[in-house]
Amino acid sequence: MNNEYRASVVVRTVAYILAAPLIVFGLYVILHGHLTPGGGFAGGAIMATFIALFLVSFGRKGAGSLHRNLFSVLESLGLTVFVVLAFLGISNTFFYNFMVNSGHLFGRVISFGVNPGYLDTGGVIPLMNIAVGLEVFSAISLIVLEMFTYSREDKND
Amino acid sequence: MIFLAEHAPAFAIAVPLLAAFVTPVLGRISEKIRNIWVIFSLLFTEFLVFILGCKVLDEGVYTYALGAVTPSLTSPVGFPVRIILETDAMNALISFMVLSIAIITVVYSWKFIEKYEAQDRFYSLLLLLTAGMMGMSFTGDFFTMFVFLEVVSVSSAALVAFFKKAESFEAAFKYLAISSIGSFFMLFGIGLLYGHYGLLNMAVIAKEIILHYSFLDVVALSLLGTALLLKLGSVPIHMWKVDSLQEAPAPVSVVCIATSLVGLYLLFRIGFSVFGLVINSILGWILVFFGILSIFIGVAMALLQNNLKRLLGYSAVAEVGYILLGAGVGLSAMPEVNGFAFEALSGGIFHIVNDVLDISLLFLIAGSIYYITKKRNIDELGGLAHDFPSLSVLFIIGMLAISGIPPFNGFASKLMIYESVFYFNPLLVILGVLGSILMLAVFVKVFACIFLGAPYEGEVEEVPGSMMFTMWVLAFFILFLGLFPQVAIDIFIAPAAEALVHPEVYIGGVL
Repeated sequence: MNNEYRASVVVRTVAYILAAPLIVFGLYVILHGHLTPGGGFAGGAIMATFIALFLVSFGRKGAGSLHRNLFSVLESLGLTVFVVLAFLGISNTFFYNFMVNSGHLFGRVISFGVNPGYLDTGGVIPLMNIAVGLEVFSAISLIVLEMFTYSREDKND
Repeated sequence: MIFLAEHAPAFAIAVPLLAAFVTPVLGRISEKIRNIWVIFSLLFTEFLVFILGCKVLDEGVYTYALGAVTPSLTSPVGFPVRIILETDAMNALISFMVLSIAIITVVYSWKFIEKYEAQDRFYSLLLLLTAGMMGMSFTGDFFTMFVFLEVVSVSSAALVAFFKKAESFEAAFKYLAISSIGSFFMLFGIGLLYGHYGLLNMAVIAKEIILHYSFLDVVALSLLGTALLLKLGSVPIHMWKVDSLQEAPAPVSVVCIATSLVGLYLLFRIGFSVFGLVINSILGWILVFFGILSIFIGVAMALLQNNLKRLLGYSAVAEVGYILLGAGVGLSAMPEVNGFAFEALSGGIFHIVNDVLDISLLFLIAGSIYYITKKRNIDELGGLAHDFPSLSVLFIIGMLAISGIPPFNGFASKLMIYESVFYFNPLLVILGVLGSILMLAVFVKVFACIFLGAPYEGEVEEVPGSMMFTMWVLAFFILFLGLFPQVAIDIFIAPAAEALVHPEVYIGGVL
């Protein structure tokens, strides 16, 4: 009986409308982690609210379409990428930022002084933010999903 | 080789961390590959810590600045700006010990948890816990210490609940709740120090504190000390430790013992290296007080128990008391440590090593008894010596070692503590010896209950070879350290105590 449960059309419509902005905002916070407040953790948590919203509006039927294994693999992947990035700087030290000012990806050379904040800087920091974002997104989604799946069903339903 | 030795402190944290994240993926492919991966990553880490230890014993303090252009560039602008890992003889010893225990635990767990589900997560959490303990021991920075302490708390609470019974969930919840209270204390203390000095690096705070010592530092020290005493399960707040040691699987109990010893190391680091140059003897007396209390209440409560692992948990509390007693006497003599105080401190550090060996052996025996009989209450057991003579020999070794009977290792370190504490205050020695005698009484009772009497009639399984092997390895080291204590003291105990009583060397490593 509970598998049939769906939230009202208002909730579902708002969920449809909010889905894209939530994900985009989360990605924005993750990608601008080295320039503005936020970063991997905050952005990942914002993206995970999308999963929470999805579960609220589509109930157990929606939960069935989410794969727990996928989230746990993504989580391991994010953490592994983070540590591997730290290892890549090992020719100097562990966690050495070998990509900053290199002229390649995220390696734009900027002059000293005030600037509007270029996205293409920061070396490995943005990449680590992305890894952390992936990890936090999948971990919090997993927690929300588990709590939703094992929560007691309401008697009034 | 030089490359590995140069980066060993960072690798010692990162290798178990990386291994922990890869383990669940490998577990999907094959159990055998996963087990080989786990044991090899730990052996590799142990090898790294070993070469780091040799380097530190040769050359003195080694500092490693994470993310700097070169590892030795700790203070580019006159004060440290990065996370700094600082290794001296003391934390090299502690991390080597922790890794050895982790390896023994993993080998033991192969068979022990074979029949349970969620093995991937077990090994993954075990590696994460090891990485956390490595971080706690290598860090030279207060905030990193806090972060790794949290890693250790969360992962060990998850491991305590491994059996998924109501009691184990309760124990894990208690552990998590109490350790998060401790974490708040610690964070508050770190915040006070940060507010006062604007720094988080331990060595630099130790230098600044000489010039600006104030009441604020006393508050910070008491908050940090409380948090660490809570985490290592000294007496007034020992109930969570006993519960979690009782309900966790035996190998996890062993690792939990190791975590509380790393907590002791941090207490020593903060007491000796950071505050060592400014405190008076009161802090030492406080540690002695809690030590005596732990010895007494631990042993007295152990006498009453009939659940084997709960009993061992209380005796673990008592053993921590001896270490606090030795170290407290050493600390009360800071900053001018004379002969007997140094001896007491060395005895305390030596007892860390001996305690982890003895208690681990006894916990692993308790785990084996549970494995073969599925019973935890000593009243329901009896006569196991008929079928398992080698297990009873191992138990005798563990029991004599933990009660401080020669020729086993507990005797060597307890004698050092007694001899030196006698000069400090003879009454404390009497209390300590009394605790030791009561400990023997506890274990003689347990031995009689479990191993003696008519042959056991219930169903029994065989003890797998890998589990027996780990216990014999521990027994070998117990006997070795008991027969040749001077070798151990000369090679690594005395340098570790030297490292603690000379905070200026620790400060000099960073600046």
